[in-house]
Amino acid sequence: MYTNDFDYYRADSVDDALALLGDHDGAELVAGAHGLLPRMKTGEESPPALVDISQLSGLAAIEETDGSSGDSGGDGVSIGALATHTDIANSEIVRQRATALADAAAELGDPQVRNGGTIGGNLAHGDARSDPPAALLALDGSLVARSAGGERTIDATDLFEGPFETAVSSDEIVTGIRIPTADDAVSGYYKRRNPLSGYAMVGVGVWLRTDGETVQEARVAVTGATTTPTRLPGVEDELEGAAVTEEAITAAAAQAGTTLPDEAFVSDVQASAEYRAHLLTVDTERVLGEVLDVDYSSH
Amino acid sequence: MSEHDISVTVNGEQHELSVEPRTLLVTALRDELGYTGANVGCETGRCGACTVRVNGEAIKSCTRLAVQADGSEIETVEGLGENGDLSALQERFQEHHGLQCGYCTPGMLVTAETFLRENDDPSREEIREAIEGNLCRCTGYQNIVDAIEATADQLGEHR
Amino acid sequence: MSDADGADSNDDGSSGAFGAAIERGEDVPLLTGDGQYTDDISLPGTTHLAIRRSDHAHARLESVDTSAAEAMDGVVAVFTGEDVVESGVPNTIPTAWDLPGLVQPQYRMLATDKVRHEGTAVAAVVAETPHAAHDALERISVEYEPLEHVTDPVEAVERDVPPVHDEAEDNVAFDFELGDSDATDEAFADADRVTSVDLRQPRIIPNAMEPRAALADWEETTEKLRLWMTSQNPHLHRMLLSAGTLGLPENRIQVIAPEVGGGFGSKIYHYPDEAVTAWCSMQLGRPVKWQATRSESYLTDCHGRDHVTTGEIALDDDGTIRGVRVETHAGLGAQLSQFGTATPSYLYATILSGQYAIPAIHCRVVGAFTNTTPVDAYRGAGRAEGIYVIERLVDVGARELEMDPAELRRRNLIQPDEFPFETAAALVYDSGEYERAMDVALEHVDYDELRERQDELREEGRYLGIGVANFVESAGLSPSGLAGDLGAQAGGWESSIVRFDSTGSVTILAGTADQGQGHRTTYAQIAAEELGLSVDDIDVVEGDTDRIPQGMGTYGSRSASVGGGSIARGAREVREKARRIAAHQLETPVDDLEFEDGEFHVTGAPDRSLHIQTIAHEAYLGHDLPEGMDPGLEETNFYDPENFTYPFGTHVAVVEVEPETGEIEIERYVAVDDCGEIINPMIVEGQVHGGIAQGIGAALYEGAAYDDEGHLETRRMDEYAVPHSTQLPEFETDSTVTPSPHNPIGVKGVGESATIAATPTMVSAVVDALEPFDVDHLDMPITPESVWRATEGDR
Repeated sequence: MYTNDFDYYRADSVDDALALLGDHDGAELVAGAHGLLPRMKTGEESPPALVDISQLSGLAAIEETDGSSGDSGGDGVSIGALATHTDIANSEIVRQRATALADAAAELGDPQVRNGGTIGGNLAHGDARSDPPAALLALDGSLVARSAGGERTIDATDLFEGPFETAVSSDEIVTGIRIPTADDAVSGYYKRRNPLSGYAMVGVGVWLRTDGETVQEARVAVTGATTTPTRLPGVEDELEGAAVTEEAITAAAAQAGTTLPDEAFVSDVQASAEYRAHLLTVDTERVLGEVLDVDYSSH
Repeated sequence: MSEHDISVTVNGEQHELSVEPRTLLVTALRDELGYTGANVGCETGRCGACTVRVNGEAIKSCTRLAVQADGSEIETVEGLGENGDLSALQERFQEHHGLQCGYCTPGMLVTAETFLRENDDPSREEIREAIEGNLCRCTGYQNIVDAIEATADQLGEHR
Repeated sequence: MSDADGADSNDDGSSGAFGAAIERGEDVPLLTGDGQYTDDISLPGTTHLAIRRSDHAHARLESVDTSAAEAMDGVVAVFTGEDVVESGVPNTIPTAWDLPGLVQPQYRMLATDKVRHEGTAVAAVVAETPHAAHDALERISVEYEPLEHVTDPVEAVERDVPPVHDEAEDNVAFDFELGDSDATDEAFADADRVTSVDLRQPRIIPNAMEPRAALADWEETTEKLRLWMTSQNPHLHRMLLSAGTLGLPENRIQVIAPEVGGGFGSKIYHYPDEAVTAWCSMQLGRPVKWQATRSESYLTDCHGRDHVTTGEIALDDDGTIRGVRVETHAGLGAQLSQFGTATPSYLYATILSGQYAIPAIHCRVVGAFTNTTPVDAYRGAGRAEGIYVIERLVDVGARELEMDPAELRRRNLIQPDEFPFETAAALVYDSGEYERAMDVALEHVDYDELRERQDELREEGRYLGIGVANFVESAGLSPSGLAGDLGAQAGGWESSIVRFDSTGSVTILAGTADQGQGHRTTYAQIAAEELGLSVDDIDVVEGDTDRIPQGMGTYGSRSASVGGGSIARGAREVREKARRIAAHQLETPVDDLEFEDGEFHVTGAPDRSLHIQTIAHEAYLGHDLPEGMDPGLEETNFYDPENFTYPFGTHVAVVEVEPETGEIEIERYVAVDDCGEIINPMIVEGQVHGGIAQGIGAALYEGAAYDDEGHLETRRMDEYAVPHSTQLPEFETDSTVTPSPHNPIGVKGVGESATIAATPTMVSAVVDALEPFDVDHLDMPITPESVWRATEGDR
């Protein structure tokens, strides 16, 4: 219930936040505080200082970007780091253009948590049980991070390094998320909720380009089941070029639980690694069926 | 370490106070300002007994620092009634026996009231999803769902 | 006097309050946030207590260095176990139930020699703020010599491990037997079939939404301790504080239970923490507050259950149950909590007959010390574990006989004309129409059609499960003499005062203590009925030992039957005194008076009447009372029932399981409960709902676990599943009414019923769904993974 003591600084601009981070050794950023504060209360983390960026303006916008504007490298969706999960779940733009992320945001935690938590903090925190990582990976999104040295882009595939470890460094601020979009792409996220925590026991994000007959490009990613959110190349390879049929989906999904090493899977009180690996296959099949609109009612 | 002066409006009343950085919003509300309706039932943001509204949105006040709430408009269970009368939702909770020990009730009411602002004709399933972040150990939720549903029906009649 | 007993004496004066779904008056402050729980109360100058706890499961305590903590800003004092010893207080957390051969080790407020479970209280910090107390905790330096630990009750007695207590080398606290061993052996030898089941009933963490708390205020000038605390039984806590931990005379202790946010058993007990809070206040002369965090609750609130059992059932081919034999290892935790011995012995073994006429029963229970949080009564205590065993046995028996499980149950039911019925497990059941409740439940789901649908769906590869469980429970442990014979160190009575105020309102002082059950409303309904008044005329006061002379508290489904019985008896005495005053003033014989709507009137002359509220005024004026009558209109009642009451019923669950993932979908849940006369159907239904939720929780979601280090693995609310709104189905409830013949108001109690019933019902349903996979039993919590594993080989 009680955290250790710390200093608190409220930033009034990104530059100010960067300066504060630079001035205070070990300082952590806080916005919605939903990742950090619970861990501080249980003593798992104890930063000496917090830099609060929750009041920064202009960092919660959700916008469509188009390739012609030149600053985003193509058509896509841009989401400010301070957008809450509720903002994202309710955004028509995200729903239409990056469905997997809208699904993940809508499934995350509970209503109050969705109201309080922000997407930037969620992704920078790197909680492998959380929903957005699989969506971001499937959508091939990236984070925009700023440091005193300038701005850089961190691709989703480079982001998740381990449990609560991400490529966002301690002197960086995530300012936004970029998600490329394509008119012929569909995406989705399926969550199997851990009955204890409400986090994902298994969460699968998928993104697919099809011409209606065959899958031309596929990205599939998992969260919750694995110690680190990760793409599933075995499934993707199987899907690409495959016909949009129940059999092809089943064959592709079958790769899900097997292409990762056993030690990649989480084992805890609620579910073993073996069971999670099994569910990953089942749920991959499910979400592929849903996204591709393949009838599984007889299954 | 240093204290911070903050200003919050709670149920329409403005308060100035000084808080340690680590003071949680729920602690400030309860111990500094005397709004003891919101309760603390866990330390992991799970139980929802501390739910209050900040700038119109229901959040768990144990997962926000008081200092972060500087300048916010906060609404707590104490502000739900009108002129000393119970609100429609509070009345339905009583009528449908939607509470037993009452500990989760303040958070449950704030969550439900906020939900009904956004969805005035919910299904029972939607109601159950809306209160998923509020744990109750006494009622098994059914009467709470009844109470929220009845409130929605009542509001619907007045539409 | 004769009128004060017997089940059906409210023959006149009925106000219609009894039996009505009256809204709870107590809700209003709880709905507005005005209700005062312990942590909501503050006194000027309050200091804050934090407790340093062991992170070892089992270790010798080498040294506790508090100097760095003491030197910190804001720290008022730091105390160790030695400080408590030196203060000279009795320093003993007592057991309240003796058993033959029971080993009763020392249980101190703060550890001095060893820590025996993770979370053992080692030192106490009192500081000006909660933050300062928290910060100082980490500066206390504790040195341990770790010892090998054991968390499993079977391993504790069978493996060669260092004993939890030196007094019990083999970790056996007691070895308890009930029933006729020879007769049972004979029945088993003689029966057509014998089958068995091995099962575990995991630890349940009670999870009252309000964690325990205490605020102690020692007033030096009057040498009086005032203690607000989360208590289900303030008078019992006062007694235990007096005789066990602090040594103060009871009349120097006031225990106040303000609003209490749920209990489910966890707030019955006298724990070290509240005693330490009070002791610190006495040392410092300042108010001291302790508020448990949720993780402290998980580590220190007594857990429930923790049984490892082999059950056997002997049957004839026609479905007659010939005998039941049960052997259980019950984990008691590291210390004996007050009723930790009673729960797995008498409260468990005596209910093993369930609703059935079973001629021979034998049960042996080995109570084992383990390096875990102490175990004590949790909602359903003992009876829940016992009914679970018998209902699982009937299910496996039905499989053995290839008989429908509902039919096997029906064939063995105790029949209505057999009551009072003495079971082979030493109880005398009061009354019951078991088959009627069972029929109502089965009709609700259209049982036969449901079985057909189950067959059809199986053809399609879908697995429907139908679980049926019958239960009976012993509620309201009494009479005191019997409880004493069995080892109880407390009585089974309840006490109340029914008092007319001089202007006609009524105040009831009740010795029970509400944590959400709605006593204020229910008790008012009982008294309103007896006195011909409106519930609005009646106020109920509970939870304060200075205002309420005596009481035993609220647990074991006792408040309505024993507490309510006491109030009914008191109200009848008051009414009869009022009747004598009325007769005197109306100048008519007592027998000529009729009582209706609160009014005494002369038979055949309705105009000659006096209202009971007017009589109250006369009683306090004292100007014109019958010769020799004392003034005033109030009665103190101690009610010691002649027996337990026996609520019963049948629950049915319909589930569908998906073998591919193991997911369990609850399609329907039907509960038919018979709790005797119903005082307030709305409140009764609420108790049933909450009970089902906890029963389903135990069956499917809950269960505490310890890791290899002896650390609690399920230590936070996101690691232990208190069921949330989308994990529970809609409940369909119904009731039958079989009055208890010896309770003054015919009630049986309902607080624990549904928890007892729901657990075996759910397990039965899931196992029934898995019949095609030859699954006879699955242990709780039945997670999707355990279902998946059980079916894996067959796909």
